[in-house]
Amino acid sequence: MRVQLTVNGEKHEADVEPRLLLVHFVREVLRLTGTHIGCDTTHCGACTVLMDGRPVKSCTVFTVQASGKSLMTVEGLEQDGTLHPLQESFMSEHGLQCGYCTPGMLMTGYAFLQKNPKPTEDDIRWAISGNLCRCTGYVNIVKAVQRAAATLQ
Amino acid sequence: MIPAAFEYHAPTSLAEATALLARLGEDAKVLSGGQSLIPLMKLRLASPPHVVDINGIPGLTGISETDDVLRIGALTRESDLEESALVRQRYPLLYETSRVIADPLVRNLATVGGNLAHADPANDHPATMLALDAEVVAAGPRGQRRIPIGSFFTGPFATALAPDEILVEVRVPVARPRSGGAYVKLERKVGDFATAAVAAQLALSPGGAVEQVGIGLTNVGLTPIKATAAEASLRGRRADDAAIREAARLAAGAAEPVEDLRGSVEYKRDLVRVLTTRALRRALARAQGGQ
Repeated sequence: MRVQLTVNGEKHEADVEPRLLLVHFVREVLRLTGTHIGCDTTHCGACTVLMDGRPVKSCTVFTVQASGKSLMTVEGLEQDGTLHPLQESFMSEHGLQCGYCTPGMLMTGYAFLQKNPKPTEDDIRWAISGNLCRCTGYVNIVKAVQRAAATLQ
Repeated sequence: MIPAAFEYHAPTSLAEATALLARLGEDAKVLSGGQSLIPLMKLRLASPPHVVDINGIPGLTGISETDDVLRIGALTRESDLEESALVRQRYPLLYETSRVIADPLVRNLATVGGNLAHADPANDHPATMLALDAEVVAAGPRGQRRIPIGSFFTGPFATALAPDEILVEVRVPVARPRSGGAYVKLERKVGDFATAAVAAQLALSPGGAVEQVGIGLTNVGLTPIKATAAEASLRGRRADDAAIREAARLAAGAAEPVEDLRGSVEYKRDLVRVLTTRALRRALARAQGGQ
């Protein structure tokens, strides 16, 4: 099936099988491998991308469902060689250990801060409750989102 | 995990969609949010030859209140329910349910209609809609009909919908004065199905007696369960501690749990008693004007 979608501001067209999952399209067709496949069972959130601005688990969306929509992946955060303040704060607060969950945490955090620019710690923990960090590095992830919220003010 | 191959259909009107379903029969599955269907297809527990995506059909989303009914379009996302000021202020049972379904990312796609039509006894909206005495609207090639939620769930993953019908709307009786509800769920972790959960809805008379009561149970039977004996025990009485204890005991008796990784039969049954007590107390406090 023919699909057309915008990814990180760029238009793409491709022929895909209806059963092709969005995460496989992003990684294997577009070669944007920043988005990770973790559990592949809708639990971990490593595959989180924004679809029309909302964070979704791309292992649980068919590519054909995203046709006509606008996607943003972790590669879309950096602009002209400058990291997004959320990426900077994950660095400065050591918000990653193995880094596997990080793309998903960043995308969820990015969408969340747009909706809730002045979050409490509880708000942040609630927002990232669909993103699992197997290193259990949540304390610093929360700090990183808090720092980004302050920077973006 | 790769699903089996299927043919994808994206109808843009209800008539087109129901005609497709009528033609394809049992070979087709309706795709709304996909957050239950796609995992099942990836595990190959479901391999429908045809998938009918209803997301391109206009008019199936939105939340609105009239004099007698709260209408929720079937494609309304759980996150929209959660973020609706109307739902938050006037329908605490719905609001609390929407907050504990799966996780925030899943709720961005998962739909209210899908949560009901999938008819998983572990899903959360079925018990809530049983407690609220809602109706669903089914659209088919011959028009629309309303189905009371009490006769909607016919078995595990089975509903009163015909193969060529689509659930298009959920209708909840409008919140009455002196009413309140609560959803209390125990889950091992965010995103897990409930070990058990209880939905309770109460409306009080001006004198403070229980005028209307609904109690629904999640994941303690082959279908969602309406705890009718527990409801009857409260109706017309003041919901004091003794009455709540008695209703909770009867609700536990209505549960038909099976042992699994989440607990034994005895544990789950007693959990229903405890959760019913908590849900009723919270619903009562809200009906009396508290939060």
